Amino acid sequence: MSTPLYFKSVAELSSELSTKKISSVELTQAIIARTKAVDSKVHAFNSFDETDVLSQAKLSDERRSLGKTLGALDGIPIGFKDVISVKGQPLTASSNMLKNFISPYDATVTEKLKAVGALSWGRLNLDEFAMGSSTENSAFGQTHNPWDLDRVPGGSSGGSAAALAAGEAPATLGSDTGGSIRQPAALCGVVGLKPTYGLISRYGLIAFASSLDQIGPFTRTVEDSAIMLGAIAGHDPRDSTSFKTQIPDYRAELKNRKGPWKLGIPKEYFGEGLDPEVAHAVESAIHFYKSKGCEIKEISLPHTKYAVGVYYIIATAECSSNLARYDGVRYGHRSKEATDILDLYFKSRAEGFGAEVKRRIILGTYVLSSGYQDAYYVRAQKVRTLIRRDFLDAYKDIDAVITPTSPTPAFKAGEKAANPLAMYLCDVYTIGVNLAGLPGISIPCGYSKSGLPIGLQLIGKPYGEADLLALAHSYELEHSWGTRFPDLEAQKGVRL
Amino acid sequence: MNEYEVVIGLEVHVQVKTNSKMFTRVKTGFGFPENTLTDPVVLALPGVLPVMNHAALDAIVKSGLLLGCEIAPLCKWDRKNYFYPDSPKNYQISQYDQPICLKGHVEIELPGAARNIMGEHKLIPLTRIHLEEDVGKLNHGAFESLIDYNRAGTPLMEIVTDPAMQNADEAFAFLTALKTVMVYGGISDCDMEKGQMRCDANISIRPKGQKELGTKVELKNLNSISYVRDGISHEILRQLSVVKSGGKIVQETRDYDGQTGTSQSLRTKEDAHDYRYFPDPDLMPVKVDEPWKARLKAECPEMPFDKQRRFMKDYEIPYTITSVLVPDKALSDYFEATVKLCGQAQAVGNWVTNDLLREIGKRGESIAQSKVKPENLAALIRLITAGTISTTAAREVFTEIASSGEMPDGIVERKGLKASASSDDLELWCKDAIASDPKALAEFKAGKDSAINAFKGPVMKAAKGKANPKLVDETLRRLLAL
Repeated sequence: MSTPLYFKSVAELSSELSTKKISSVELTQAIIARTKAVDSKVHAFNSFDETDVLSQAKLSDERRSLGKTLGALDGIPIGFKDVISVKGQPLTASSNMLKNFISPYDATVTEKLKAVGALSWGRLNLDEFAMGSSTENSAFGQTHNPWDLDRVPGGSSGGSAAALAAGEAPATLGSDTGGSIRQPAALCGVVGLKPTYGLISRYGLIAFASSLDQIGPFTRTVEDSAIMLGAIAGHDPRDSTSFKTQIPDYRAELKNRKGPWKLGIPKEYFGEGLDPEVAHAVESAIHFYKSKGCEIKEISLPHTKYAVGVYYIIATAECSSNLARYDGVRYGHRSKEATDILDLYFKSRAEGFGAEVKRRIILGTYVLSSGYQDAYYVRAQKVRTLIRRDFLDAYKDIDAVITPTSPTPAFKAGEKAANPLAMYLCDVYTIGVNLAGLPGISIPCGYSKSGLPIGLQLIGKPYGEADLLALAHSYELEHSWGTRFPDLEAQKGVRL
Repeated sequence: MNEYEVVIGLEVHVQVKTNSKMFTRVKTGFGFPENTLTDPVVLALPGVLPVMNHAALDAIVKSGLLLGCEIAPLCKWDRKNYFYPDSPKNYQISQYDQPICLKGHVEIELPGAARNIMGEHKLIPLTRIHLEEDVGKLNHGAFESLIDYNRAGTPLMEIVTDPAMQNADEAFAFLTALKTVMVYGGISDCDMEKGQMRCDANISIRPKGQKELGTKVELKNLNSISYVRDGISHEILRQLSVVKSGGKIVQETRDYDGQTGTSQSLRTKEDAHDYRYFPDPDLMPVKVDEPWKARLKAECPEMPFDKQRRFMKDYEIPYTITSVLVPDKALSDYFEATVKLCGQAQAVGNWVTNDLLREIGKRGESIAQSKVKPENLAALIRLITAGTISTTAAREVFTEIASSGEMPDGIVERKGLKASASSDDLELWCKDAIASDPKALAEFKAGKDSAINAFKGPVMKAAKGKANPKLVDETLRRLLAL
């Protein structure tokens, strides 16, 4: 049986579009039909606009018939995490605070994708304001893991990962602050790339923690990841933290960069808390690279143990300030009960934000308070520098670091919801990458006995995406994990 | 009063005159319809980011260079967190621990004993100058408050002085001098009516001889230069009366109402905000290197008081004239341009500060708009000096230039204003004038040389303005010497 359209990769679809085997409208209709069939079970989407995406598809087909196709992504529907702004579409951050907010402007990544003909398709669920690791913290209901609907898809970009895994989009965008792309990619069996901080403009991305946030693609293959990255990377004058650097042709470089690479295995990432099945799958991947002639070195990243602590100080400090603008004054939820301005702030925010968001705002406000700032925020920034230095020192001898993406495969919904600390530890392997500003990718590297996907994390050098993708691609070429698809028809839908 | 001394420090906010806002490209402006000078960044919509306006950074570095400040090598941005509806992000992007300008001073001039006597000059030391973004404006109605975000995001400098002033006159002189410097540098127009310059004052009193400062009160909303003077005087008297009646000054912020001349407490120290300053992660620090500073240094104009001293020394014009010319940079430039063409600095000074100012005032023009260009005025003054026309005729010519922009020679020719009376007539008119004013004659004979002027008016009148003034003077002197 041939792969249905909705499970095909961007590269495959792109070639079928260019040979006119399919049209963009046909592809889009297939995606819409699939979404309508399965999203009641998965709940990856907060919203979508069929009419709008079909009219975009029609325009793409018209371009193609005139020979004016804009590139590999022309006519391909792309799902957007509901924190990335698309003009005229909802922008909710899965929060009651922005439940009815329609964005009047395009994010830079949106502009870039539109410029190459990609279709903006649907708003994908997340943990409210990207705060969480399970997409259970959404104000609009949790997203389910397509491989086992009783389990979480990871988070915070759980909707982006689940939609892709369930065939509801050929590629999606997410954002990654402490692992929010890589961890759900691992838990849903897809490829998730967190680029180097500064490679992709954050203009139009709802800020959680400005110094850590980075947009990145979810794709079925590493090649697709290269295609997507090529479309959205590059300096943006509207984002002062975006970096001026030459953007290589990532897709072409997949073939040009051939190793063998020197790979570092950080001993701190293989200790207590690592699920044996995950450990085994990652070790097999390491073995594969060794068999291909890569030099494998054990390395030490000694400040790893502080990463989660440092992260929850810096990220919460920044979020406490970033989320101050949601006050019920200009837009967003405004309490109807308020009697004066202070009351308006208190009630609008109390009603508009969920528990995890409030917890982080309170924590962040505390660590920035006078008298505590030196002990927490200032010290955390210093340790952050040490964590980055750990990686940069290691890169003197190696080209990339190999680790598991997540300590465990997907866990059951509700399992960690009552224990924030256990939830925070889901990101123990991914957080260091954000603190150090490095690129990291999660690719499928096997399945547990119960059939849950396992992710392998590869961490590259700053702005070393071309090498990182080539390294991941060399693994993908000889493994077929990505060609398995979850069987949603066999699973009973879970009540949302 | 005598056993106490007053200590005043000012915090002055000056809007920087840039085309676009501090962190986005939308226009700045005053008097536009509400909320039209906004964009997603000004309104703090979800997902937007700030980008620094380099022109505003130029302006503050230039201010620092003009005021003799140390310029920080790095421009770093911090967030000042507090909730208030005029601040769209609920934090203000500002500079906390690394202001761009440190130290420096403003030279002030205190009022002289009389209008034509120069007052004492002093240097008021500055603590710091930093750059930030302005907030929006709340308009309170009876049942609702409306917000206008047009002003929000306008580049704003905060200039903080040391607690170094001793009375309201010094504060007044400080603001006047600061405004002149800002206008000179092209940094701001400092129009307080438009909110381009706003001032808060920290005021304390202490027994004379005491070293440590007394408890300070911050006085807000001093919205015009005269309110600054009145508000500070009022606060000094209030503090003195509190202390004299055995009370204690409470550290607080008070709101001054210039209309009623009263103040009331806004908040005490206990309610002070914790602004939770931290470096803004959306903005990279910007290096202010030597070439950058050198470029701005080259753009810096001569400081106003330096220019005034130079005018008095080099052109030998009186203080009163310089104190009209110098505060207005365009006017003093006009003066110098004219002197360059015709010399006669004193005459030029008189023409500019009297006739030119009166004429443009009447016409509602600026110096730049006036049709009387330095070339016109210089040519006119040359005609007077050469005795070609009388001063009376020159005034007529001047008015004509102001409306037509013609060169004076043409006007003199066309209107037949040339001093053309024959020497016979002149001799006759002079004799008549002397004969009809015996009092002036007596004075002149008694040695009062200026009494000669009393005869000139009637002679000119008889000549219908066409007598050569030089010749009139000569003729009178000859006749008087007989």
